Amino acid sequence: MSAPRYAREIPQRYRFEAARCRQCRKISFPPRAVCAGCGSESSEPASLSDHGKIVTWTVVRVAPTPFALQAPYVVAIVELDDGVRVTAQIADAHGEELDFGTPVRRVLRRVRAEDDGGIIEYGYKFVLARLT
Amino acid sequence: MRDVYVIGAGITPFGELWQRSLRDLFVSAARQAMVDAGVDRLDGMYVGSMSPGLLVEQEHLSSLLADYLGVLPAPCVRVESACASGGAAFRSAFFEVASGASDVVLAGGVEKMTDADDVTRALATASDQEYEAFHGITFPGLYAMMARAHMRQHGTTREEIAAVAVKNHENALENPNAHLGMRISIDQVIASSPVADPLRLLDCAPVSDGACALILGSEDQAKRAKGPLVRVTGVGAATDAIALHARSDVASLEAVARAAAKAYAMSSRGPRDIDLAEVHDCFTIAEIMAIEALGLVDRGRGGAATSAGETSRRGRIPVNISGGLKAKGHPVGATGVAQIFEIVTQLRGAAGKRQIANARIGLAQNMGGTGGSATVHILEAV
Repeated sequence: MSAPRYAREIPQRYRFEAARCRQCRKISFPPRAVCAGCGSESSEPASLSDHGKIVTWTVVRVAPTPFALQAPYVVAIVELDDGVRVTAQIADAHGEELDFGTPVRRVLRRVRAEDDGGIIEYGYKFVLARLT
Repeated sequence: MRDVYVIGAGITPFGELWQRSLRDLFVSAARQAMVDAGVDRLDGMYVGSMSPGLLVEQEHLSSLLADYLGVLPAPCVRVESACASGGAAFRSAFFEVASGASDVVLAGGVEKMTDADDVTRALATASDQEYEAFHGITFPGLYAMMARAHMRQHGTTREEIAAVAVKNHENALENPNAHLGMRISIDQVIASSPVADPLRLLDCAPVSDGACALILGSEDQAKRAKGPLVRVTGVGAATDAIALHARSDVASLEAVARAAAKAYAMSSRGPRDIDLAEVHDCFTIAEIMAIEALGLVDRGRGGAATSAGETSRRGRIPVNISGGLKAKGHPVGATGVAQIFEIVTQLRGAAGKRQIANARIGLAQNMGGTGGSATVHILEAV
Protein backbone atom coordinates (compact mmCIF):
# COMPACT_ATOMS: atom_id res chain seq x y z
CA MET A 1 0.00 0.00 0.00
CA SER A 2 1.30 3.48 -0.85
CA ALA A 3 1.94 6.02 1.92
CA PRO A 4 -0.77 8.50 0.80
CA ARG A 5 -3.37 5.77 0.54
CA TYR A 6 -2.51 4.59 4.03
CA ALA A 7 -2.44 8.13 5.45
CA ARG A 8 -5.87 9.01 4.05
CA GLU A 9 -7.58 6.43 6.23
CA ILE A 10 -5.74 7.31 9.47
CA PRO A 11 -8.64 9.31 10.99
CA GLN A 12 -10.83 6.23 10.72
CA ARG A 13 -8.24 3.57 11.49
CA TYR A 14 -6.65 5.29 14.49
CA ARG A 15 -9.44 7.44 15.86
CA PHE A 16 -12.69 5.88 14.63
CA GLU A 17 -13.83 9.19 13.11
CA ALA A 18 -17.32 8.97 11.61
CA ALA A 19 -19.98 11.39 10.36
CA ARG A 20 -23.52 12.01 11.56
CA CYS A 21 -26.15 13.12 9.07
CA ARG A 22 -27.57 16.52 10.04
CA GLN A 23 -30.94 15.55 8.61
CA CYS A 24 -31.70 11.97 9.69
CA ARG A 25 -28.92 11.57 12.32
CA LYS A 26 -27.67 8.31 10.77
CA ILE A 27 -24.00 7.70 11.51
CA SER A 28 -21.77 6.75 8.58
CA PHE A 29 -18.46 4.96 9.06
CA PRO A 30 -16.39 5.80 7.17
CA PRO A 31 -17.89 9.25 6.51
CA ARG A 32 -19.54 9.52 3.10
CA ALA A 33 -20.60 12.45 0.95
CA VAL A 34 -24.18 11.25 0.53
CA CYS A 35 -26.09 9.83 3.51
CA ALA A 36 -27.12 6.22 2.87
CA GLY A 37 -30.21 6.78 4.99
CA CYS A 38 -31.79 9.90 3.48
CA GLY A 39 -29.53 11.19 0.70
CA SER A 40 -28.57 14.35 2.53
CA GLU A 41 -25.16 15.84 1.76
CA SER A 42 -24.89 17.64 5.10
CA SER A 43 -23.11 15.94 7.97
CA GLU A 44 -21.09 16.69 11.08
CA PRO A 45 -18.15 14.84 12.62
CA ALA A 46 -19.03 12.05 15.03
CA SER A 47 -17.02 9.64 17.10
CA LEU A 48 -17.93 5.98 17.31
CA SER A 49 -18.41 4.07 20.49
CA ASP A 50 -15.43 1.92 21.47
CA HIS A 51 -17.73 -0.78 22.81
CA GLY A 52 -19.83 -3.28 20.98
CA LYS A 53 -21.01 -6.86 20.63
CA ILE A 54 -20.14 -9.66 18.25
CA VAL A 55 -22.69 -10.22 15.45
CA THR A 56 -20.86 -13.11 13.77
CA TRP A 57 -17.26 -14.31 13.50
CA THR A 58 -14.83 -16.71 11.87
CA VAL A 59 -11.33 -18.02 12.36
CA VAL A 60 -9.33 -17.39 9.18
CA ARG A 61 -6.97 -20.34 8.67
CA VAL A 62 -6.06 -19.80 5.00
CA ALA A 63 -4.92 -16.18 4.77
CA PRO A 64 -3.93 -13.86 1.93
CA THR A 65 -0.19 -13.12 1.64
CA PRO A 66 -0.02 -9.98 3.86
CA PHE A 67 -1.58 -11.95 6.74
CA ALA A 68 0.01 -15.35 6.14
CA LEU A 69 2.28 -15.19 9.18
CA GLN A 70 -0.64 -14.25 11.48
CA ALA A 71 -2.96 -17.16 10.61
CA PRO A 72 -5.00 -18.47 12.28
CA TYR A 73 -6.71 -15.29 13.46
CA VAL A 74 -10.23 -14.30 14.45
CA VAL A 75 -12.26 -11.80 12.38
CA ALA A 76 -15.71 -10.62 13.41
CA ILE A 77 -18.48 -8.24 12.50
CA VAL A 78 -18.99 -6.07 15.58
CA GLU A 79 -22.08 -3.96 16.24
CA LEU A 80 -21.03 -0.92 18.23
CA ASP A 81 -23.23 0.53 20.96
CA ASP A 82 -24.31 3.30 18.56
CA GLY A 83 -25.55 0.76 16.00
CA VAL A 84 -22.72 1.03 13.49
CA ARG A 85 -21.23 -2.27 12.32
CA VAL A 86 -17.58 -2.83 11.42
CA THR A 87 -15.39 -5.76 10.40
CA ALA A 88 -12.21 -6.22 12.44
CA GLN A 89 -9.95 -8.77 14.04
CA ILE A 90 -10.56 -9.94 17.58
CA ALA A 91 -7.11 -9.83 19.15
CA ASP A 92 -5.86 -12.15 21.87
CA ALA A 93 -8.58 -14.68 21.08
CA HIS A 94 -8.71 -18.11 19.48
CA GLY A 95 -12.41 -18.31 18.62
CA GLU A 96 -13.69 -20.81 21.18
CA GLU A 97 -14.27 -18.09 23.77
CA LEU A 98 -16.59 -16.09 21.46
CA ASP A 99 -20.35 -16.21 21.14
CA PHE A 100 -23.13 -14.14 19.59
CA GLY A 101 -23.40 -10.96 21.61
CA THR A 102 -20.03 -11.28 23.35
CA PRO A 103 -19.04 -7.75 24.51
CA VAL A 104 -15.84 -6.39 22.98
CA ARG A 105 -13.82 -3.19 23.26
CA ARG A 106 -11.79 -1.38 20.60
CA VAL A 107 -7.99 -1.25 20.79
CA LEU A 108 -5.33 0.16 18.46
CA ARG A 109 -3.10 -2.61 17.11
CA ARG A 110 -0.70 -3.39 14.33
CA VAL A 111 -2.83 -4.84 11.52
CA ARG A 112 -0.19 -5.94 9.03
CA ALA A 113 3.47 -5.39 8.32
CA GLU A 114 4.13 -7.81 5.49
CA ASP A 115 2.61 -5.91 2.59
CA ASP A 116 4.33 -4.06 -0.26
CA GLY A 117 5.38 -0.50 0.50
CA GLY A 118 7.24 -1.17 3.73
CA ILE A 119 4.61 0.50 5.92
CA ILE A 120 3.75 -1.00 9.27
CA GLU A 121 -0.02 -0.59 9.15
CA TYR A 122 -2.03 0.09 12.31
CA GLY A 123 -5.74 0.09 12.88
CA TYR A 124 -8.57 -0.93 15.15
CA LYS A 125 -9.06 -4.38 16.50
CA PHE A 126 -11.25 -5.54 19.36
CA VAL A 127 -10.56 -7.49 22.52
CA LEU A 128 -12.99 -9.24 24.82
CA ALA A 129 -14.41 -6.62 27.20
CA ARG A 130 -14.05 -8.92 30.19
CA LEU A 131 -10.28 -8.97 29.75
CA THR A 132 -10.06 -5.33 30.84
CA MET B 1 -38.21 -3.89 -26.33
CA ARG B 2 -37.80 -6.77 -28.80
CA ASP B 3 -37.79 -10.44 -27.87
CA VAL B 4 -34.29 -11.86 -27.43
CA TYR B 5 -33.23 -15.45 -28.00
CA VAL B 6 -30.11 -17.44 -27.20
CA ILE B 7 -29.17 -18.85 -30.59
CA GLY B 8 -25.74 -20.32 -29.95
CA ALA B 9 -23.73 -21.70 -27.05
CA GLY B 10 -20.14 -22.74 -26.46
CA ILE B 11 -18.04 -23.72 -23.44
CA THR B 12 -14.60 -25.06 -22.56
CA PRO B 13 -13.87 -27.69 -19.94
CA PHE B 14 -13.43 -26.08 -16.51
CA GLY B 15 -10.37 -27.02 -14.48
CA GLU B 16 -6.65 -26.51 -14.04
CA LEU B 17 -5.87 -26.06 -17.71
CA TRP B 18 -2.12 -25.49 -17.62
CA GLN B 19 -1.70 -25.65 -21.39
CA ARG B 20 -4.31 -23.03 -22.20
CA SER B 21 -4.16 -19.25 -22.01
CA LEU B 22 -6.95 -16.77 -21.34
CA ARG B 23 -7.28 -15.92 -25.02
CA ASP B 24 -7.23 -19.59 -26.12
CA LEU B 25 -10.01 -20.40 -23.69
CA PHE B 26 -12.20 -17.51 -24.73
CA VAL B 27 -11.77 -18.07 -28.47
CA SER B 28 -12.54 -21.77 -28.13
CA ALA B 29 -15.86 -21.11 -26.37
CA ALA B 30 -16.77 -18.15 -28.58
CA ARG B 31 -16.06 -19.99 -31.86
CA GLN B 32 -18.19 -22.93 -30.73
CA ALA B 33 -21.02 -20.52 -29.93
CA MET B 34 -20.76 -18.80 -33.32
CA VAL B 35 -20.73 -22.09 -35.20
CA ASP B 36 -23.65 -23.34 -33.11
CA ALA B 37 -25.61 -20.20 -34.00
CA GLY B 38 -24.57 -20.35 -37.65
CA VAL B 39 -23.25 -16.78 -37.63
CA ASP B 40 -19.94 -15.53 -38.99
CA ARG B 41 -20.17 -11.97 -37.75
CA LEU B 42 -21.09 -10.17 -34.54
CA ASP B 43 -22.66 -6.77 -34.08
CA GLY B 44 -21.10 -6.54 -30.65
CA MET B 45 -19.59 -8.46 -27.79
CA TYR B 46 -19.61 -8.26 -23.98
CA VAL B 47 -17.10 -10.29 -21.99
CA GLY B 48 -17.34 -10.83 -18.25
CA SER B 49 -13.99 -11.17 -16.50
CA MET B 50 -13.39 -10.27 -12.90
CA SER B 51 -9.72 -9.70 -12.52
CA PRO B 52 -7.47 -10.44 -15.50
CA GLY B 53 -5.28 -7.53 -14.42
CA LEU B 54 -4.39 -9.18 -11.13
CA LEU B 55 -4.56 -12.80 -12.27
CA VAL B 56 -2.65 -12.63 -15.57
CA GLU B 57 -1.66 -8.94 -15.75
CA GLN B 58 -3.83 -8.36 -18.80
CA GLU B 59 -6.40 -5.58 -19.11
CA HIS B 60 -7.97 -4.31 -22.34
CA LEU B 61 -9.52 -7.72 -22.90
CA SER B 62 -12.20 -6.22 -25.15
CA SER B 63 -10.08 -5.63 -28.22
CA LEU B 64 -7.62 -8.43 -27.50
CA LEU B 65 -10.42 -10.99 -27.54
CA ALA B 66 -12.27 -9.44 -30.50
CA ASP B 67 -8.98 -9.58 -32.42
CA TYR B 68 -8.18 -13.21 -31.61
CA LEU B 69 -11.78 -14.24 -32.28
CA GLY B 70 -11.46 -12.65 -35.72
CA VAL B 71 -14.39 -10.26 -35.38
CA LEU B 72 -12.58 -6.91 -35.61
CA PRO B 73 -13.80 -4.18 -35.75
CA ALA B 74 -16.92 -5.30 -33.84
CA PRO B 75 -17.28 -3.26 -30.65
CA CYS B 76 -16.54 -5.14 -27.45
CA VAL B 77 -16.74 -4.21 -23.78
CA ARG B 78 -15.31 -6.10 -20.84
CA VAL B 79 -17.83 -6.16 -18.01
CA GLU B 80 -16.80 -6.41 -14.37
CA SER B 81 -19.04 -7.01 -11.38
CA ALA B 82 -16.81 -9.37 -9.39
CA CYS B 83 -18.21 -12.92 -9.54
CA ALA B 84 -21.34 -11.57 -11.26
CA SER B 85 -19.31 -10.33 -14.25
CA GLY B 86 -20.69 -13.06 -16.51
CA GLY B 87 -24.30 -12.38 -15.59
CA ALA B 88 -23.71 -8.67 -16.04
CA ALA B 89 -22.19 -9.28 -19.50
CA PHE B 90 -25.22 -11.35 -20.52
CA ARG B 91 -27.55 -8.62 -19.28
CA SER B 92 -25.66 -6.01 -21.32
CA ALA B 93 -25.86 -8.15 -24.46
CA PHE B 94 -29.56 -8.74 -23.85
CA PHE B 95 -30.36 -5.04 -23.77
CA GLU B 96 -28.28 -4.34 -26.87
CA VAL B 97 -30.40 -6.80 -28.85
CA ALA B 98 -33.67 -5.93 -27.09
CA SER B 99 -33.17 -2.25 -27.89
CA GLY B 100 -33.01 -2.98 -31.60
CA ALA B 101 -29.51 -1.53 -31.86
CA SER B 102 -27.99 -4.91 -32.78
CA ASP B 103 -29.20 -8.26 -34.11
CA VAL B 104 -26.36 -10.63 -33.11
CA VAL B 105 -24.38 -10.06 -29.91
CA LEU B 106 -22.03 -12.35 -28.04
CA ALA B 107 -22.15 -12.60 -24.25
CA GLY B 108 -19.05 -14.31 -22.95
CA GLY B 109 -17.08 -14.86 -19.81
CA VAL B 110 -13.55 -15.99 -19.08
CA GLU B 111 -11.12 -16.28 -16.19
CA LYS B 112 -7.59 -17.67 -16.19
CA MET B 113 -6.92 -18.25 -12.49
CA THR B 114 -4.24 -20.89 -12.15
CA ASP B 115 -1.45 -18.64 -13.47
CA ALA B 116 -1.80 -16.37 -10.41
CA ASP B 117 0.36 -16.50 -7.29
CA ASP B 118 -2.21 -15.32 -4.75
CA VAL B 119 -5.75 -16.03 -5.91
CA THR B 120 -7.19 -15.51 -2.41
CA ARG B 121 -5.91 -11.96 -2.46
CA ALA B 122 -7.18 -11.28 -5.99
CA LEU B 123 -10.64 -12.53 -5.04
CA ALA B 124 -10.60 -10.45 -1.87
CA THR B 125 -10.69 -7.34 -4.06
CA ALA B 126 -14.41 -8.05 -4.46
CA SER B 127 -14.78 -7.02 -0.82
CA ASP B 128 -14.27 -3.49 0.56
CA GLN B 129 -10.50 -3.10 0.42
CA GLU B 130 -10.23 -0.45 3.12
CA TYR B 131 -12.83 -1.74 5.58
CA GLU B 132 -12.95 -5.51 5.05
CA ALA B 133 -9.87 -6.88 3.27
CA PHE B 134 -7.57 -4.51 5.22
CA HIS B 135 -8.49 -6.45 8.36
CA GLY B 136 -7.52 -9.80 6.88
CA ILE B 137 -10.96 -11.14 6.05
CA THR B 138 -11.08 -13.47 3.04
CA PHE B 139 -14.01 -14.59 0.91
CA PRO B 140 -14.23 -17.95 2.63
CA GLY B 141 -14.12 -15.93 5.87
CA LEU B 142 -17.00 -13.68 4.83
CA TYR B 143 -19.16 -16.64 3.80
CA ALA B 144 -18.16 -18.39 7.03
CA MET B 145 -19.56 -15.45 8.97
CA MET B 146 -22.76 -15.66 6.91
CA ALA B 147 -22.93 -19.41 7.56
CA ARG B 148 -22.53 -18.95 11.30
CA ALA B 149 -25.31 -16.34 11.33
CA HIS B 150 -27.58 -18.59 9.24
CA MET B 151 -26.98 -21.49 11.61
CA ARG B 152 -27.84 -19.24 14.55
CA GLN B 153 -30.96 -17.67 13.02
CA HIS B 154 -32.47 -20.71 11.35
CA GLY B 155 -30.98 -23.72 13.09
CA THR B 156 -29.17 -24.76 9.92
CA THR B 157 -26.77 -27.59 10.72
CA ARG B 158 -23.24 -28.32 9.60
CA GLU B 159 -24.54 -31.50 7.94
CA GLU B 160 -27.22 -29.62 5.98
CA ILE B 161 -24.59 -27.21 4.65
CA ALA B 162 -22.37 -30.13 3.64
CA ALA B 163 -25.30 -31.69 1.76
CA VAL B 164 -24.98 -28.94 -0.87
CA ALA B 165 -21.45 -30.08 -1.72
CA VAL B 166 -22.42 -33.75 -1.79
CA LYS B 167 -25.32 -33.06 -4.19
CA ASN B 168 -23.36 -30.81 -6.52
CA HIS B 169 -20.35 -33.10 -6.75
CA GLU B 170 -22.67 -35.95 -7.63
CA ASN B 171 -24.36 -33.83 -10.31
CA ALA B 172 -20.95 -33.01 -11.78
CA LEU B 173 -20.31 -36.70 -12.43
CA GLU B 174 -22.64 -36.39 -15.43
CA ASN B 175 -21.06 -33.17 -16.74
CA PRO B 176 -18.05 -33.87 -18.97
CA ASN B 177 -16.85 -30.25 -18.61
CA ALA B 178 -16.85 -30.28 -14.81
CA HIS B 179 -13.71 -29.60 -12.79
CA LEU B 180 -14.53 -31.90 -9.86
CA GLY B 181 -16.82 -34.72 -10.88
CA MET B 182 -16.39 -37.06 -7.92
CA ARG B 183 -18.52 -38.60 -5.25
CA ILE B 184 -18.01 -37.23 -1.75
CA SER B 185 -19.76 -37.82 1.57
CA ILE B 186 -21.08 -35.51 4.27
CA ASP B 187 -18.38 -36.86 6.59
CA GLN B 188 -15.66 -36.04 4.07
CA VAL B 189 -16.88 -32.45 3.77
CA ILE B 190 -16.96 -31.99 7.53
CA ALA B 191 -13.53 -33.61 7.94
CA SER B 192 -11.82 -31.71 5.11
CA SER B 193 -9.17 -29.15 6.05
CA PRO B 194 -10.48 -26.02 7.80
CA VAL B 195 -10.38 -22.81 5.73
CA ALA B 196 -12.45 -20.34 7.76
CA ASP B 197 -14.54 -21.73 10.61
CA PRO B 198 -17.09 -23.23 10.19
CA LEU B 199 -16.32 -23.68 6.46
CA ARG B 200 -13.87 -26.26 5.17
CA LEU B 201 -12.12 -26.97 1.91
CA LEU B 202 -14.99 -29.03 0.46
CA ASP B 203 -17.38 -26.16 1.18
CA CYS B 204 -15.48 -23.98 -1.29
CA ALA B 205 -15.69 -23.81 -5.08
CA PRO B 206 -12.36 -24.63 -6.69
CA VAL B 207 -10.01 -22.22 -8.44
CA SER B 208 -10.63 -22.98 -12.11
CA ASP B 209 -9.74 -21.84 -15.60
CA GLY B 210 -12.46 -21.73 -18.21
CA ALA B 211 -14.61 -19.78 -20.62
CA CYS B 212 -18.16 -19.78 -21.92
CA ALA B 213 -19.98 -17.88 -24.63
CA LEU B 214 -23.56 -17.42 -25.79
CA ILE B 215 -24.91 -15.74 -28.91
CA LEU B 216 -27.99 -13.60 -28.40
CA GLY B 217 -30.14 -12.79 -31.36
CA SER B 218 -33.36 -11.11 -32.44
CA GLU B 219 -36.38 -13.16 -33.49
CA ASP B 220 -35.35 -13.06 -37.17
CA GLN B 221 -31.94 -14.42 -36.26
CA ALA B 222 -33.46 -17.09 -34.03
CA LYS B 223 -35.69 -18.38 -36.85
CA ARG B 224 -32.65 -18.72 -39.07
CA ALA B 225 -30.68 -20.70 -36.47
CA LYS B 226 -31.04 -24.45 -36.18
CA GLY B 227 -32.38 -26.24 -33.14
CA PRO B 228 -35.01 -25.51 -30.50
CA LEU B 229 -35.63 -21.89 -29.63
CA VAL B 230 -34.77 -20.51 -26.22
CA ARG B 231 -36.07 -17.08 -25.32
CA VAL B 232 -34.84 -14.83 -22.52
CA THR B 233 -38.05 -13.88 -20.75
CA GLY B 234 -36.85 -12.37 -17.48
CA VAL B 235 -33.91 -10.13 -16.66
CA GLY B 236 -33.22 -8.72 -13.22
CA ALA B 237 -30.26 -7.16 -11.49
CA ALA B 238 -29.64 -5.33 -8.24
CA THR B 239 -26.87 -3.98 -6.04
CA ASP B 240 -26.25 -3.89 -2.31
CA ALA B 241 -23.44 -2.63 -0.07
CA ILE B 242 -20.35 -4.71 -0.83
CA ALA B 243 -19.29 -4.61 2.82
CA LEU B 244 -21.13 -7.44 4.52
CA HIS B 245 -21.17 -5.55 7.84
CA ALA B 246 -23.13 -2.70 6.19
CA ARG B 247 -26.19 -4.91 5.61
CA SER B 248 -28.90 -5.32 8.20
CA ASP B 249 -29.05 -9.13 7.88
CA VAL B 250 -25.81 -10.98 7.15
CA ALA B 251 -27.73 -14.25 6.66
CA SER B 252 -29.80 -13.21 3.65
CA LEU B 253 -29.13 -11.98 0.12
CA GLU B 254 -31.31 -8.94 -0.50
CA ALA B 255 -29.79 -8.04 -3.88
CA VAL B 256 -30.61 -11.54 -5.11
CA ALA B 257 -34.19 -11.23 -3.86
CA ARG B 258 -34.57 -7.86 -5.60
CA ALA B 259 -33.04 -9.09 -8.86
CA ALA B 260 -35.32 -12.13 -8.75
CA ALA B 261 -38.41 -9.98 -8.15
CA LYS B 262 -37.59 -8.00 -11.31
CA ALA B 263 -36.96 -11.10 -13.42
CA TYR B 264 -40.13 -12.82 -12.17
CA ALA B 265 -42.20 -9.71 -12.88
CA MET B 266 -40.78 -9.28 -16.38
CA SER B 267 -41.43 -12.91 -17.31
CA SER B 268 -44.80 -13.09 -15.49
CA ARG B 269 -43.46 -16.18 -13.74
CA GLY B 270 -42.96 -17.07 -10.12
CA PRO B 271 -40.73 -19.46 -8.19
CA ARG B 272 -43.27 -22.29 -8.58
CA ASP B 273 -43.02 -22.11 -12.37
CA ILE B 274 -39.29 -22.82 -12.45
CA ASP B 275 -38.32 -26.32 -13.64
CA LEU B 276 -34.63 -26.03 -12.76
CA ALA B 277 -32.20 -23.44 -11.45
CA GLU B 278 -28.48 -22.77 -11.61
CA VAL B 279 -27.49 -20.76 -8.55
CA HIS B 280 -24.29 -19.16 -7.30
CA ASP B 281 -22.80 -21.72 -4.90
CA CYS B 282 -19.30 -20.27 -4.57
CA PHE B 283 -19.56 -21.76 -1.08
CA THR B 284 -22.05 -24.34 0.13
CA ILE B 285 -23.84 -21.82 2.36
CA ALA B 286 -24.27 -19.50 -0.64
CA GLU B 287 -26.56 -22.02 -2.37
CA ILE B 288 -28.70 -22.27 0.75
CA MET B 289 -29.08 -18.51 0.95
CA ALA B 290 -29.61 -18.18 -2.82
CA ILE B 291 -32.49 -20.65 -3.06
CA GLU B 292 -34.14 -18.84 -0.15
CA ALA B 293 -33.70 -15.41 -1.77
CA LEU B 294 -35.09 -16.74 -5.07
CA GLY B 295 -38.18 -18.03 -3.28
CA LEU B 296 -37.52 -21.62 -4.39
CA VAL B 297 -37.74 -22.61 -0.71
CA ASP B 298 -39.05 -20.71 2.31
CA ARG B 299 -36.60 -18.39 4.06
CA GLY B 300 -34.56 -20.31 6.59
CA ARG B 301 -35.41 -23.69 5.04
CA GLY B 302 -32.58 -23.83 2.51
CA GLY B 303 -30.47 -26.23 4.52
CA ALA B 304 -33.32 -28.52 5.50
CA ALA B 305 -34.69 -28.57 1.92
CA THR B 306 -31.28 -29.50 0.51
CA SER B 307 -30.81 -32.21 3.11
CA ALA B 308 -34.27 -33.61 2.29
CA GLY B 309 -33.37 -33.89 -1.41
CA GLU B 310 -35.83 -31.22 -2.63
CA THR B 311 -33.11 -29.65 -4.81
CA SER B 312 -31.55 -32.87 -6.08
CA ARG B 313 -31.86 -34.12 -9.65
CA ARG B 314 -35.03 -36.04 -8.86
CA GLY B 315 -36.32 -33.50 -6.35
CA ARG B 316 -39.07 -30.90 -6.50
CA ILE B 317 -36.78 -28.19 -7.90
CA PRO B 318 -33.42 -29.42 -9.25
CA VAL B 319 -30.64 -26.93 -8.42
CA ASN B 320 -27.18 -26.89 -10.00
CA ILE B 321 -27.56 -29.90 -12.24
CA SER B 322 -24.33 -28.82 -13.93
CA GLY B 323 -22.47 -29.38 -10.65
CA GLY B 324 -22.66 -25.69 -9.80
CA LEU B 325 -19.66 -23.54 -9.07
CA LYS B 326 -18.83 -26.00 -6.33
CA ALA B 327 -18.08 -28.96 -8.60
CA LYS B 328 -18.36 -27.79 -12.20
CA GLY B 329 -15.74 -25.20 -11.28
CA HIS B 330 -15.67 -21.43 -10.84
CA PRO B 331 -13.61 -19.50 -13.39
CA VAL B 332 -15.09 -16.34 -11.94
CA GLY B 333 -15.91 -14.27 -15.02
CA ALA B 334 -17.16 -17.31 -16.95
CA THR B 335 -19.49 -18.50 -14.21
CA GLY B 336 -22.55 -16.34 -14.87
CA VAL B 337 -22.50 -17.21 -18.57
CA ALA B 338 -21.89 -20.91 -17.88
CA GLN B 339 -24.96 -21.01 -15.62
CA ILE B 340 -27.09 -19.75 -18.50
CA PHE B 341 -25.29 -22.20 -20.84
CA GLU B 342 -26.55 -25.05 -18.64
CA ILE B 343 -30.11 -23.71 -18.69
CA VAL B 344 -30.01 -23.31 -22.48
CA THR B 345 -28.61 -26.84 -22.89
CA GLN B 346 -31.36 -28.26 -20.68
CA LEU B 347 -34.13 -26.31 -22.44
CA ARG B 348 -32.84 -27.58 -25.78
CA GLY B 349 -33.05 -31.13 -24.42
CA ALA B 350 -29.33 -31.55 -25.15
CA ALA B 351 -27.98 -32.22 -21.65
CA GLY B 352 -27.37 -35.93 -22.17
CA LYS B 353 -27.27 -37.99 -18.99
CA ARG B 354 -28.01 -34.99 -16.80
CA GLN B 355 -31.09 -33.94 -18.79
CA ILE B 356 -34.07 -32.91 -16.65
CA ALA B 357 -37.20 -34.34 -18.30
CA ASN B 358 -39.65 -31.76 -19.69
CA ALA B 359 -37.54 -28.77 -18.69
CA ARG B 360 -39.37 -25.71 -20.11
CA ILE B 361 -38.46 -22.84 -17.79
CA GLY B 362 -35.05 -22.32 -16.19
CA LEU B 363 -33.51 -19.70 -13.93
CA ALA B 364 -29.87 -18.64 -13.53
CA GLN B 365 -28.70 -16.60 -10.54
CA ASN B 366 -25.24 -15.04 -10.40
CA MET B 367 -23.80 -12.79 -7.70
CA GLY B 368 -20.73 -10.75 -6.91
CA GLY B 369 -18.84 -10.80 -3.64
CA THR B 370 -21.06 -11.64 -0.70
CA GLY B 371 -24.13 -10.51 -2.64
CA GLY B 372 -23.16 -6.90 -3.35
CA SER B 373 -24.33 -7.43 -6.91
CA ALA B 374 -26.72 -9.94 -8.38
CA THR B 375 -28.28 -10.91 -11.67
CA VAL B 376 -31.19 -13.27 -12.29
CA HIS B 377 -32.20 -14.48 -15.75
CA ILE B 378 -35.21 -16.59 -16.71
CA LEU B 379 -35.16 -18.51 -19.98
CA GLU B 380 -37.91 -20.51 -21.62
CA ALA B 381 -38.14 -23.08 -24.37
CA VAL B 382 -40.55 -21.77 -27.00
